[in-house]
Amino acid sequence: MGLMDLFKKKNSGDIAKDRLKLLLVSDRANCSPEIMEKIKNDIIQVISKYMEIDAEGLDIQITQTESEGNNGNVPALYANIPIKDMRHSGASE
Amino acid sequence: MSEVIVVTSGKGGVGKTTTTANVGTGLAQLDKKVVLIDTDIGLRNLDVVMGLENRIVYNLVDVVEGNCRMKQALIKDKRYPNLSLLPSAQTKDKTSVSPEQMIKVIDELRDEFDYILLDCPAGIEQGFKNAIAGADRALVVTTPEVSAIRDADRIIGLLTANEITQVDLIVNRLRMDMVKRGDMMNIGDVTDILAIDLIGAVPDDEQIVISTNQGEPLVGADCKAGKAYANICHRILGEEVPYLDLEEKAGMWNKLKGMFKKN
Repeated sequence: MGLMDLFKKKNSGDIAKDRLKLLLVSDRANCSPEIMEKIKNDIIQVISKYMEIDAEGLDIQITQTESEGNNGNVPALYANIPIKDMRHSGASE
Repeated sequence: MSEVIVVTSGKGGVGKTTTTANVGTGLAQLDKKVVLIDTDIGLRNLDVVMGLENRIVYNLVDVVEGNCRMKQALIKDKRYPNLSLLPSAQTKDKTSVSPEQMIKVIDELRDEFDYILLDCPAGIEQGFKNAIAGADRALVVTTPEVSAIRDADRIIGLLTANEITQVDLIVNRLRMDMVKRGDMMNIGDVTDILAIDLIGAVPDDEQIVISTNQGEPLVGADCKAGKAYANICHRILGEEVPYLDLEEKAGMWNKLKGMFKKN
């Protein structure tokens, strides 16, 4: 186990690079924490119409993803929305 | 044809003033007529780094307010007849000068000098706006640290928004021992992230501290930082200069060369 940890351990230069890349994506997108909070609340509202979700566990962030075209990496909005109950009354309305 | 270059970084303490002093002195060593302008009103420092602090009579704000003629405020460096400094005011604040006034000052100097170097204050407020108002091109100084690179990225965006298209990067205070063991981002990492052209990499060098203590820029001296600054000056003139081997080991040279080729 200890040996595996040794292999997995990233050096701090790479950690810095990865953190910066993420940070600059949201900096460049001009997406402040306030705006992210608003997006989050809107997502909760919309999804809640169809199913019961865990609003506390919801996590959204701006990351990068490989684009399908030739643009290389593009910013992407990543959302992890835990569902509590699929059969919410909203769906049958 | 004169060229106006602003030296900027966003974050403080990454080496803007040291860079301005050394690049300015280096260009003067190459027989260019150079004037350095300290635009950091209220926190002037370029004069001490240049060792000219005892010769200040008038300053930038005096010129702007018409208290003196430009010639009276310019301090000629006795070591280099081509080099002058327009010091900043220590007792005024940043609002004493407007971008329009800054452009006027620069235009007055364009006839007489080949290079006008502006030492920009940290931050992105009025002082920054003044410094970039009249600039033709920019040197962005950063260190290989997360905070400095983040601020540099913001600055690059602001420079582009202000239609300064030629923006070159100086990576300052590299510690090759740390880069080698993976505990510091390397030059390639930094240029990849910021996506602008690299014009020089300056190693962290004790000699810089010593030269600042003495008020004598070390550009051209026989040390790594001195050589790195001299190379930057040649590249500003448009010459192609190979990058220094900061590591002084056979294998590293090719690695470094590989990093630069990416850009």
